[in-house]
Amino acid sequence: MTGKDATILLREMIRIRRAEETVARYYPEQEMRTPTHFSIGQEAVSVGVCQALERTDAAYSGHRCHGEYLAKGGSLLGMFAELYGRVDGCCQGRGGSVHLHDQSVGLIASSAILGETIATAVGSAWAFKMDGSPRIAVTFFGDGVTEEGIMHESLNFASVLQVPVLFVCANNGLSTNTPLSVRQPKGHEIWKWAAGYGIGSALVDGNDVFAVYDAATKAVEHVRSGKGPFFLEATYFRARVHVGYETDEMKNFTFRSEDVVAAGLAQDPIARATSKLVSSGVCTEADVAAWTEAMQREVDDAVAAAKASPYPSTNDLLVGVY
Amino acid sequence: MRRLKYNQAISEATVQCMQRDPNVFVAGIGVKDPGGMFGTTEEANELFPDRVFDIPNCENAFAGITIGAAAMGKRPLVVHPRNDFMFLATDQLINLAAKWKYMYQSKKGVPVVTRASVGRGFGQGATHSQSTHALFGHFPGLYVATPCFPSDIKGLLISALTGDVPVIIIENRAVYNLEDEVPEEPYKIPFGKGRILREGTDVTIVGASLMAYEATRAASILAEQGVSAEVIDPRSIRPLDEAIILESIKKTHHLVVADTSWATYGFAAEVAAIAAEKGFADLHAPVRRVTLPDSPAPVSKPLEDIFHPSPSTIAQAAFEVLRSDLQVTDHAPDVQAAFQGPY
Repeated sequence: MTGKDATILLREMIRIRRAEETVARYYPEQEMRTPTHFSIGQEAVSVGVCQALERTDAAYSGHRCHGEYLAKGGSLLGMFAELYGRVDGCCQGRGGSVHLHDQSVGLIASSAILGETIATAVGSAWAFKMDGSPRIAVTFFGDGVTEEGIMHESLNFASVLQVPVLFVCANNGLSTNTPLSVRQPKGHEIWKWAAGYGIGSALVDGNDVFAVYDAATKAVEHVRSGKGPFFLEATYFRARVHVGYETDEMKNFTFRSEDVVAAGLAQDPIARATSKLVSSGVCTEADVAAWTEAMQREVDDAVAAAKASPYPSTNDLLVGVY
Repeated sequence: MRRLKYNQAISEATVQCMQRDPNVFVAGIGVKDPGGMFGTTEEANELFPDRVFDIPNCENAFAGITIGAAAMGKRPLVVHPRNDFMFLATDQLINLAAKWKYMYQSKKGVPVVTRASVGRGFGQGATHSQSTHALFGHFPGLYVATPCFPSDIKGLLISALTGDVPVIIIENRAVYNLEDEVPEEPYKIPFGKGRILREGTDVTIVGASLMAYEATRAASILAEQGVSAEVIDPRSIRPLDEAIILESIKKTHHLVVADTSWATYGFAAEVAAIAAEKGFADLHAPVRRVTLPDSPAPVSKPLEDIFHPSPSTIAQAAFEVLRSDLQVTDHAPDVQAAFQGPY
């Protein structure tokens, strides 16, 4: 990577990881009463892309949105208070884990329904094009979404109208627990579908934050310069179960073999980035330890503030319907 | 005052909103077609060709696309030539647009305005004749309007395009040729405010959409036989003007509800429930619903002729509510008798 402090990518990933590990620590208390889809393992995709964006660009995510919310600049308190259902939550306790957003930093919305926010990103990009704005829109989604009809409609529309949108498919090979092999044609590569729509596309190792950042930078440049939409697929390993904090092992899940799990965990994006930066002398193990400690303190403060935040008043049940 | 047809009132409201707010745009499949969506988008397209978009077929994505545009400050006016296609858009409208302001506690909503036409007659059949207003009316976060008259659609459409709520406007094709006095200047009609179309003392008839007009024709039949009917057009069904209905049954003590859709879980069921819950003491007889028979819409003419509620069936229901032995003898012509096919 060039022109950017490479340690930012690592530090941002550590921030997300500390937040997620902390959710995992407290989740068994049953006080975060919201189904939660962990981003552990996916940090390089969220951070690599968001660091290539401007704050004013519009990003959308799906149900596994914690990583993108934090990577785009969403506040830790906004996230934790939302998980605890408190008024300081980013949705004031009305949205939950799958609907994180912070419009002030351009994370416009996340949604639990597969594919919804692909179309909304296309629409925001269309609005930017109508206005002659330099902003672009980005949508993050999983491999499962690429099977939905809305994917086709959105790619077609985006290409026909040449709107400035970046599609980012974070492919972990699983839709809940169903593997790609039973969902998509044999030998099929998701990123290649985009070519059928006349949309430029690329495949990147989603465990390598530097590779993701470089690919995203090129993709963003393509989109922002008016060359039309771009589709980036980033493969990664989902380190936890679909919903919940546990590992496969903790749940006695065997749909992924021990070898597959071990190989996937060996690709941990934070370990890889740390190793690369330390071995190339950009930072030291001690630096990484200090950042980790500092991020953990920041997260712990957010948890304390979230727990101290009040629940919404029951008098406010209907506030915001209209 | 100047008179306009329903489609002309839509066109005028659209153009006036586009003139006043550069963020308003019109989009839908075929909105640039000759004829301009029953004459409703033609003038907008002439004046603002860059803000009227013919689009690929993608009802599902497009509902989301307009939500994403609205989130960036745009004011999309989406037009569906038949509202049955909106079933393809229900996920985005119900799961996202309707919930946006609440679920995200967002300061601003996503005011996507969707206009959709309901077919009737000339074999429009099972998938082009149903009206989705009750379906959408079920969900908090949406406004749903079923205006029947030109002056009402103009004011409601302007309210929609200047408001902060996603709005669905269901237009029965049979009302496009109705005419009334429409002020030239822009004006707003609030959602949730009904209108008494005709005052009466014996029975209240509430009619949604086209049934508001058919109820006025039923009232004329009833008047010939000495029955005074009060006719209420709710204009919007979510929010619904409950007070205007409850006030009326305090006076008439009898209620008939006519709808362009089915009885089960529908608009007529809702009005009947409100009357039972909040106006029971005022009712001297059970409520009657005049709705579609419980089947999909047929095509064959003799079947189609008996399928839709008419002034006669509404009037007959009123006689029955009043426990009168009178029978309707004067059958008003079909509202679409002059319609020329195919579409």
